[in-house]
Amino acid sequence: MLRILPTVTRPSSGLLGKVVASPSSSRRTISSTPARQADITLTVDGKEVTVPQGSALIQACEAAGAVIPRFCYHDRLAIAGNCRMCLVEVERSPKPVASCAMPAMPGSKVFTNTPLVHEAREGVMEFLLANHPLDCPICDQGGECDLQDQSMRYGADRTRFHEITGKRAVENKDLGPLVKTSMNRCIQCTRCVRFANEVAGVEELGTTGRGNDLQIGMYVAKTMDSELSGNVVDLCPVGALTSKPYAFHARPWELKNTESVDVHDALGSNIRVDSRGVQVMRVQPRTNDDVNEEWISDKTRYSYDGLRFQRLTTPLVKRGDRFVPASWEDALSAVATGLAASGATGDEIQAVAGHLADTESLVALRDLVHRLGSDNLTLDQNAGTSSPVHGIDVRSNYLFNSTIPGVERADAILLIGTNPRHEAAVLNSRIRKSWLHTGLEVGLIGARADTTYGYEYLGASARALSDFVQGKGSKFAEKFAAAERPLIIVGSALTEHQDGAAVYNMLAKYVLANKAKLLTPDWTGLSILQRIASRPAAYDVGFVPSKKAASAKPKFVYLLNADEVDPKSIPQDAFVVYQGHHGDLGAQLADVCLPGAAYTEKSTTWVNTEGRSQLGRAAVPPPGASREDWKIIRALSEYVGVPLPYDNVLALRDRMWEVSPTLVRYDITEPTSTDIVLAGLAQLAEKTNGAKVGDQPLKRAVENFYQTDVISRASVTMAQCTRAFVKGEGYGFAGLGKQGDKAEAAFA
Amino acid sequence: MLRASTSLKSLPRSARSKLVRPSRPFATVADPPVRRYGGLKDQDRIFTNAFCRHDHGLKGAQSRGDWHRTKDILLKGDSWIIQTIKDSGLRGRGGAGFPSGLKWSFMNKPNWQKDPRPRYLVVNADEGEPGTCKDREIMRGDPHKLIEGCLVAGRGMNASAAYIYIRGEFYQEASHVQQAINEAYAAGLLGKDACGSGYSFDVYLHRGAGAYICGEETALIESLEGKQGKPRLKPPFPADVGLFGCPTTVANVETVAVAPTICRRGGAWFAGFGRERNQGTKLFCISGHVNNPCVIEEEMSIPLKELIEKHCGGVRGGWDNLLGIIPGGCSVPVLPIDKCAEVLMDYDSLKDAQSGLGTGAVIVMDKSTDIIAAIARFSSFYKHESCGQCTPCREGTTWMMNMMNRMVEGRGHEREIDMLLELTKQVEGRTICALGDAAAWPIQGLMRHFRPVVEERISQYRAANGPVMFGGMLTSEIDDTLAVPDNLGANLKEVAAPASA
Repeated sequence: MLRILPTVTRPSSGLLGKVVASPSSSRRTISSTPARQADITLTVDGKEVTVPQGSALIQACEAAGAVIPRFCYHDRLAIAGNCRMCLVEVERSPKPVASCAMPAMPGSKVFTNTPLVHEAREGVMEFLLANHPLDCPICDQGGECDLQDQSMRYGADRTRFHEITGKRAVENKDLGPLVKTSMNRCIQCTRCVRFANEVAGVEELGTTGRGNDLQIGMYVAKTMDSELSGNVVDLCPVGALTSKPYAFHARPWELKNTESVDVHDALGSNIRVDSRGVQVMRVQPRTNDDVNEEWISDKTRYSYDGLRFQRLTTPLVKRGDRFVPASWEDALSAVATGLAASGATGDEIQAVAGHLADTESLVALRDLVHRLGSDNLTLDQNAGTSSPVHGIDVRSNYLFNSTIPGVERADAILLIGTNPRHEAAVLNSRIRKSWLHTGLEVGLIGARADTTYGYEYLGASARALSDFVQGKGSKFAEKFAAAERPLIIVGSALTEHQDGAAVYNMLAKYVLANKAKLLTPDWTGLSILQRIASRPAAYDVGFVPSKKAASAKPKFVYLLNADEVDPKSIPQDAFVVYQGHHGDLGAQLADVCLPGAAYTEKSTTWVNTEGRSQLGRAAVPPPGASREDWKIIRALSEYVGVPLPYDNVLALRDRMWEVSPTLVRYDITEPTSTDIVLAGLAQLAEKTNGAKVGDQPLKRAVENFYQTDVISRASVTMAQCTRAFVKGEGYGFAGLGKQGDKAEAAFA
Repeated sequence: MLRASTSLKSLPRSARSKLVRPSRPFATVADPPVRRYGGLKDQDRIFTNAFCRHDHGLKGAQSRGDWHRTKDILLKGDSWIIQTIKDSGLRGRGGAGFPSGLKWSFMNKPNWQKDPRPRYLVVNADEGEPGTCKDREIMRGDPHKLIEGCLVAGRGMNASAAYIYIRGEFYQEASHVQQAINEAYAAGLLGKDACGSGYSFDVYLHRGAGAYICGEETALIESLEGKQGKPRLKPPFPADVGLFGCPTTVANVETVAVAPTICRRGGAWFAGFGRERNQGTKLFCISGHVNNPCVIEEEMSIPLKELIEKHCGGVRGGWDNLLGIIPGGCSVPVLPIDKCAEVLMDYDSLKDAQSGLGTGAVIVMDKSTDIIAAIARFSSFYKHESCGQCTPCREGTTWMMNMMNRMVEGRGHEREIDMLLELTKQVEGRTICALGDAAAWPIQGLMRHFRPVVEERISQYRAANGPVMFGGMLTSEIDDTLAVPDNLGANLKEVAAPASA
């Protein structure tokens, strides 16, 4: 992996530029915000406009309200300047200037609407179309194609290209089951190449050949092995890279766009759900610089087809060993009867909150269980039946305190028991960005992983951390100690690990000892990376058992979206209710299934790993008889005789505000003050005092990125990805590999 | 039409040149003698072993005066070297003709000492332009001039090292240069304390892989960094962010190689040759239909005709057998015989003649030449060498090549000549580097001066094969069962053959 050192970086005026250290000094500035650059003033089409120094001319033109057509330029990627569509006229410049590549100069006069500019755009457009197939009617990009739009706006109205030699023909590339290629349409803007190299870390994607034979593709024939590969579909300004699962399914103008939030990891990526009728047709990213910038992971983007399969559409009641469809009334009374018949009282009533439980239903279920006299609120994870080691009293003990954009400010990162590439793919791209452009040092404790950036491997188990906190055994410890903004990212899997307590104990003590750097009003250097969408909210609402409840043997188990439970952990004689949207593991265990709504079908609150609460919105109605989850719990509360005091979602959100005001303060993160963080850590250190450090290696939290929850497990696309990327079958070298296997078998 | 207008244009120019010459005054004051250029004397030659008749090694080089008191030049300091180069009026010999002293001085910005980055001189020895072979001779016969030039120029711009990027095909040249580098190191002329001056300087030789585009300065830097040879965007210019992100100046072999001699003999000596703003001596490489193709060092501003008659034994079959001359390598427009007789070989005169000095590679073509085929060959060269990075060049060179290939046969429509010219205008000045311009100019030159030939070719083809539609399809080849769009010019009235002017 070639790392762009600060001295070599071309001054880029895009957003990337902000993290570029100035070439003259490798020393970082101490101020927390990027140094405010002076503003410059220039004239665009006779309009004066002021932009920050270092902006590209195209940004200045945008600021002045002049629309500049472009293909290769993208805010978040390095500047290529090769499409030449953004040519503008600058006073005292004999030739038209590519506005994306030219820094805005103070006092310059720019013209975007002159005959020369029009002629230049028309000329470039003619060249682009010369080798572009005129297959818009059968092209999937039709209707959202930059080339189509801009040729209508800026192109000539007739063709001059009649060469008998014809157009260029390019072989299509196999990039895997997600990205469909139609390379005849490629206009060589290299956005995909720059994305793959700078953001996704797929350095094999590039250009080969020269001149008109220039082709985009992997340098060796293989699939594009990245969790972010779907983003190249969005980036491609033409129909060269399109979505394979979505191919020929819908036209953009048929789709209803709903702005929502993703639940496949705990980042809370902002998404736009495109639906037609009752079907989700595709998922696209929504720009949010504080969370996901413009990217989403492939699981977020492509697992939507899982919403169509394995759905629970009607309440089911178990008769003998079969599920029988029932009406809601029958199902809910069956639950009430089951609860009474099980004889569960107090803490014998257990509720389990799964991966995809929304905050509203968590609060409602918690209230219901409390009203039934139980405190046995557990989480769907290993050791979920006991209170987590980090406790839930202080938010900073379980949240990503540095915030997601804050990762880019860190100059040394220690990853403990986590592989962000699989647990939060978009966050990983931020670490890579920072690693590429600054002198970021990364260390890793836990299972080795291909992170897309270089790291120093410190060890597999908590023992490595104990060496680290003593400053022994690695160069990284020294670098970390010398760093100005060190950051420790702890994986959520540690709470499930037997050495979790010891790790948290060491970390708490380490942070307290080094609070001068790790804990300043400006910087909190200890972040827990949650990987499950519902988990931060569960901790926020206090969905954890009390000590007494943890030891109770449940007789009545209420699984709310809980599909990862160990069947053995549920007593044979317990009455089990499953509420959720997919018929996965949880439903199999249940006596009664109550069909809930998936995240695209309900407007609910999600809290991400930073503690940022965001509102998802319903794009399509829940299928069949399924209902929004909190409503099911509210209805059930009537049947079991403890009616909950809220009848609409607003009243429920008032209740959420009572539980924790942060739950309903949408779209912001509330930083924990340094004193509280200190208090929390002190409490943590005290609570976990005396925990023994074991040698058990920290395992991967996510074995298969593509199948981590019920939706992605039900998705055909994700199953194909698993085959292609995880198992390496059926794509790229797979055929060769099979022959190789035989040969190997012969040798074995 | 176009022919008429060009001849009109040329008229006032000749009138102007008459005006410049003062008319005879009444007083008896003698005229200042009209200065004639050319006829460089042997003692003024810089490249004394351009013919490779002598030893190219260190001994031979020293016997020809190389490495003579280089230490003293180095000790004079950077500003003296740059001032001398500025005084000499040396302009870059790689084709663009940027004043070298000025270019080198960009490296020594105020407070450059505070910049901790190393600084590089990169010598562009990727000589790949058809017709150009001057650097080859320097590196074969006078490699020590180049190495010494690296040291002197490097001292001038306070560079810590020089990289010589040599074209991969130049095997013998590369070995000569490497031999020279080794000898210079062994003799203490390079390395730490070069020539005993206390200045430490390294020279590295890097062999390219033979792409023409790697001769573009930023593409060369990219290639040297190990990336694909694709030109970078400017700004930032290499003097700010160049090789490995450090301040860099890229200079042609000849530019660098003349620097020590200029420093030794003084800027005024060098400035004494050639016209104002075009001073110095230059290696001209004359190829094509001359009796004696050669690479010869001559004074700048030598008349083109004299250059050919004197050094090359004249055009094959006599001057009148001349069809046209490409005066500066394949990227400049061709000149017809009447222009050839009057132009001087320097930047300004050739620019006034709507051509350019380029690298000084004179390609002579006599009447046996198929000028359209010759230019079409250039078009396919540029198509082949386009890096494919930016749109106008990638698509334009291919399109132009296809059209030119048809024009060779005459398989086209009269209107397509203007369309082709329009295409060249759409490429020119719209690209990242100058390759787009270079691809456009030869075609423009062809159409400017030889349009009747093209038109005649087209009408001949039409006479033989019937009407041709836009894009080159014959009307007779149309498949009646298919719908043919009406915009192919099939239904246009046949244009009358051009009136023979």
